Amino acid sequence: MMQIMEGSHAVAEAAKLCRPEVVSAYPITPQTHIVERLAEMVADGELDAEYLCVESELSALSVCLGSSAAGSRVYSATSSQGGLMLMAEVVFNVAGMRQPIVMSIANRALGAPLSIWNDQQDSISLRDAGWFHLYGEDVQEMTDQHFIAYKAAEQHDVLLPGFVCFDGFILSHTYEPVDIPTQEEIDAFLPPYVPYNKLDAKAPISMGMYAPPPDYYMEFRHETDQALQRAGAAISAAGKEFGEMFGRDYSGHTESYRMDDADVAFVALGSLCGTVKDAIDEMRADGIKAGLVKIRTFRPFPATEIARALAGVPKVAVLEKNISLGSAMKGAVGPEVKDAVTGTGIDVYSYVLGLGGRDIRKKDIRAIAALAEKGVGNTFYGLRTEVL
Amino acid sequence: MVDKSLELFDCGHRACGGCGPALLARLILKGTGENVIVVASTGCMEVFSTPYPETAWKVPWIHSLFENAAAVASGVEASLKHNNRTEKVVCICGDGATFDIGMLCISGAFERGHDITYICYDNEAYMNTGIQRSGATPYDASTTTSPAGRLSTGNSLPKKDLPPQILNAHGASYVATASVAYPMDVMKKVEKAVNTPGACYIQVHTPPCSTGWGGFDGSKTIEIAKQAIECGLWVNYEMENGELTAAKKVRRIPVETYLKAQKRFRHLFKPQAVTEEIAKIQAIADANAKKYGIDIERNE
Repeated sequence: MMQIMEGSHAVAEAAKLCRPEVVSAYPITPQTHIVERLAEMVADGELDAEYLCVESELSALSVCLGSSAAGSRVYSATSSQGGLMLMAEVVFNVAGMRQPIVMSIANRALGAPLSIWNDQQDSISLRDAGWFHLYGEDVQEMTDQHFIAYKAAEQHDVLLPGFVCFDGFILSHTYEPVDIPTQEEIDAFLPPYVPYNKLDAKAPISMGMYAPPPDYYMEFRHETDQALQRAGAAISAAGKEFGEMFGRDYSGHTESYRMDDADVAFVALGSLCGTVKDAIDEMRADGIKAGLVKIRTFRPFPATEIARALAGVPKVAVLEKNISLGSAMKGAVGPEVKDAVTGTGIDVYSYVLGLGGRDIRKKDIRAIAALAEKGVGNTFYGLRTEVL
Repeated sequence: MVDKSLELFDCGHRACGGCGPALLARLILKGTGENVIVVASTGCMEVFSTPYPETAWKVPWIHSLFENAAAVASGVEASLKHNNRTEKVVCICGDGATFDIGMLCISGAFERGHDITYICYDNEAYMNTGIQRSGATPYDASTTTSPAGRLSTGNSLPKKDLPPQILNAHGASYVATASVAYPMDVMKKVEKAVNTPGACYIQVHTPPCSTGWGGFDGSKTIEIAKQAIECGLWVNYEMENGELTAAKKVRRIPVETYLKAQKRFRHLFKPQAVTEEIAKIQAIADANAKKYGIDIERNE
């Protein structure tokens, strides 16, 4: 049913519809509205789950790991420092232990200096942890991605955890029209979780064992990587099935906007894509042939799909709400896009922008297109040089 | 009733000869029985008992990280509760994981009052990484990070008395200490804890780590463990709902007997006895004896 709903509340509705048996979270801005709403649902008997108020983010995900290992579908949500960064050790561990946990990330900057506002440094910094990463552009997409995430994660040829990422405040605290499926519809799409194995006194197994060097460790890492590659196909298949049931297709890891005959293409993740699409419409009206390739799945990285989408475009501007400090291209996404089009002669540039919640406007997008045309890139965009 | 014949911790693991924690693992599972899920922290026991693809555990066992066993156990328990399952949840973690790096997760789990039993195997240092001091290392013990030297008599801080006291203050239903020197007592306390609703804590002295403590043969495990109790540096007691309900009484021997047998205290005796320091350690034992009332009077 179509409703006007705050992004966080829509995410909480999505989590509820997935019927988690255990919810464990610690409050962290801007994730709080999600876990507050879930607590209300449990208090009101709308959601039959064990809701654990834990003493830290480290424990939030550790609790999820324990419950998942015991055979439960679990849910958590987090953000930034105190949050995702404090649980980082567990994030890696959960992937290695192949638990299909889904966690929402309300993207936020990392200190110092302290900023509670949005960029994507937190989740991007954990890109190598073995979780799949989905990024939502608007409230509808980020809501739907939760259903897809559980479905893909729990496939027995995947069994990996996933982040559903969306821009803090910009999406988490914004009211938008959103179609929330019914419980019956989600039950039909997402059947109960069937663990491949679990902690069970009737069939004892050991989980999280010690891999004596150097006999097995590399093979475990290889298998996790293989599973993450398979997660790509599972996400695509779940996105296609979701489209058939609900009319919103998410089979693509990327989404192309006005890419036919584009002379300059933007690549971006998350809510920024809305602004970019509007800017492209204006640029097209002014005769500038611009297009967008939105990355919906960042891990596994959809290199082939991106190469196909960018084929024949001379200049590519990757818009980055992160900074890989000390790297040549500055943004973390740019080098992967560049790698995807190696040998094609396409010029790929990174632009670091919007950090710590700095606003990005249509005119900024147009200005970046002009920079890319001139071959100027791999730089911060929009610095206040007067305070440097 | 404890089934002493139950063997759920298999032979063939990689522990050193005379390893206290290895003995303890076997005793714990006799106390819990088969209907249990074990949550381990990173440490010696995890490493020596689960060298992939082999495992010594004949019960379900999970290890995640060094510091988060109590949180993982909270999650396991929540899942079991939701599904009306009956397995007992037992953490088995070393003293570093308990006294130091894991205290946050333990505090949270005990505050929430999960139906878990947390057992600390206390060998009084970080043994797995090569004998570094932990909050459980006793006063004056020489470890690799608290070495005795020209300006040092070893570990400058007393052993933290915190875990039992702090968890008692959290409202734990049952808090106990035990020692591998008294196997029946260990099994009995484990059985009691897993059958007591709510969060329970048992701290078990698992001397010796013949590698970490040094100076004696692996066959002396029980002898050294007994001496720790007889001199008053370790006290076996029980606290139920906040009250001290039992403490093992002894006819105390001087601490020297216990200290002299161990390489980690050798610097207190060679080249000559450091009487001032030995007196300080004796005072710790005397304070324990007074606090827990463990001295057997002459006429008893």
